[in-house]
Amino acid sequence: MSSLFTAEGLAGLLFLFIVAVTLIGGIIATNSVRLPRAVSGLAMCLIGVAGLYYFLNSPFLAAMEMLIYVGAVCVTIVFAIMLADPGAEKRSGRQTALSGVLSFGVAGILVWGLVLLATSTMWPAVPVKVNDGSVTAIGHALLTTYSMVFELISVVLLLAIIGALVLARIGRDKA
Amino acid sequence: MMELLEMEPLRLLIFLGGLIAFAALNAAYLVWLERKVAAHIQCRIGPKEVGPFGLLQPLVDGIKLMSKQLLVPNGVDPYLFKVAPLLVLVPAVMSFVVIPFGENLAARNIDLGLLMIFAFASVNVLGLLLGGWGSGNKYAVISAARAVSQNVAYEIPMLITVISLVMVTHTMNLNEIVKQQEGMFWNWYIFRLTASPLMPVAFLIFFICSLAETNRAPFDLGEAESELIAGYHTEYSGMGFGVFFMGEYANMVIGASLATVLFLGGWQSPFGIGSGWWWFLLKVYALIFCVMWVRWTYPRTTLWGLLNLSWKVLIPISLFNLLLTGATIKVVSYLFGA
Repeated sequence: MSSLFTAEGLAGLLFLFIVAVTLIGGIIATNSVRLPRAVSGLAMCLIGVAGLYYFLNSPFLAAMEMLIYVGAVCVTIVFAIMLADPGAEKRSGRQTALSGVLSFGVAGILVWGLVLLATSTMWPAVPVKVNDGSVTAIGHALLTTYSMVFELISVVLLLAIIGALVLARIGRDKA
Repeated sequence: MMELLEMEPLRLLIFLGGLIAFAALNAAYLVWLERKVAAHIQCRIGPKEVGPFGLLQPLVDGIKLMSKQLLVPNGVDPYLFKVAPLLVLVPAVMSFVVIPFGENLAARNIDLGLLMIFAFASVNVLGLLLGGWGSGNKYAVISAARAVSQNVAYEIPMLITVISLVMVTHTMNLNEIVKQQEGMFWNWYIFRLTASPLMPVAFLIFFICSLAETNRAPFDLGEAESELIAGYHTEYSGMGFGVFFMGEYANMVIGASLATVLFLGGWQSPFGIGSGWWWFLLKVYALIFCVMWVRWTYPRTTLWGLLNLSWKVLIPISLFNLLLTGATIKVVSYLFGA
């Protein structure tokens, strides 16, 4: 592909754009007072993450991220907020002068730790792709190599359903 | 010219421009078609003043909408209010990217085309929800809540039906799926009873679900005019409203295109000769005509009737169809060899 830009240049630009979308989404999600806005920020952040997956040559994962996290999780959260209280605003607890300083400190330590971890790790370069990322390959991997993990995830989902039922029943008895 | 078209970025740009133009013109003329169909079903004539058969009416309407002021009322959430219409339109236009209009006429021919369309279609709901909430109007909020409970309920039988079809096709590449239905019309998946005896039922479920997913009558509870004014787009004026409308009609075309690609042979001719994009468009617009026909024939359902239809009828039948498809595949491969 020979155009005005080189392929690497365009890819780098795209990568920066996706990272910017993810970061801005994350900042909106944590900093907005109105809950639906925060969820839209979360959706934006997750779309960015889906873009990163696509950038890393796994379109299946990207599509699933969109379908499940943006399409299902975010929609469910907004739906729940609207059913509970349409004018919902975040109620944050009491804040003292110290809390801002403390949270910056904790965030700084976290960033320092992660950067240290990232730079000190020997990242093994994968010579070839593990598989072609197609549905067939992922299906085979899920039902052979990773069948144990796959089954365990269904147990987690079962627990979530039982938990939801228990919570709903408790609410009904009180009322 | 051909050398220019070989360049991937330029080709994508041309396709994107074409698709956006298609989405806009398509919305305008589907509104015209809708008014004509409605009029003839109700023994009227419909638009006839501007141009022959009123054919210029949609263009004039478009100019009118664009020249109107975009009002942002007090009390709305200014950002979400403006983003919501785009969130409805953009995923619809993105979904057009993978739809094969003809054998070589698709912007991108990717292996996960089917999955990509569903991934983008799920964002559409978020647009309705944020538009409804952002309007800060109780009718809009009620409408958004209805639209979402409906969309979530009908996404399940639709996806189960699609999964049972993918089990038969072994691929999610839409162009491959069309190619598998080559030849006479009994090769179309809707008539492929050897793949699953319930194929016509699967098509019916898919069609009903796509009606509900695009909020079309008799499932248009989200914009039930007699109860909710105009639902989630009550507060929108000018092109804000226009973009919502374009999104809705683009989604209708995508629903009909998917039904065509998956069940009705896409761009394949029913007689095995003369296949091409004209067959695709013919089938898509025939399906859209059916959608309009349904809208002006049946009254609106109630909310519980709608949810009951999905959870108590469509989901059990589609699950049964999934099981039956799996069983049929096993039995056929056992009897006739893999």
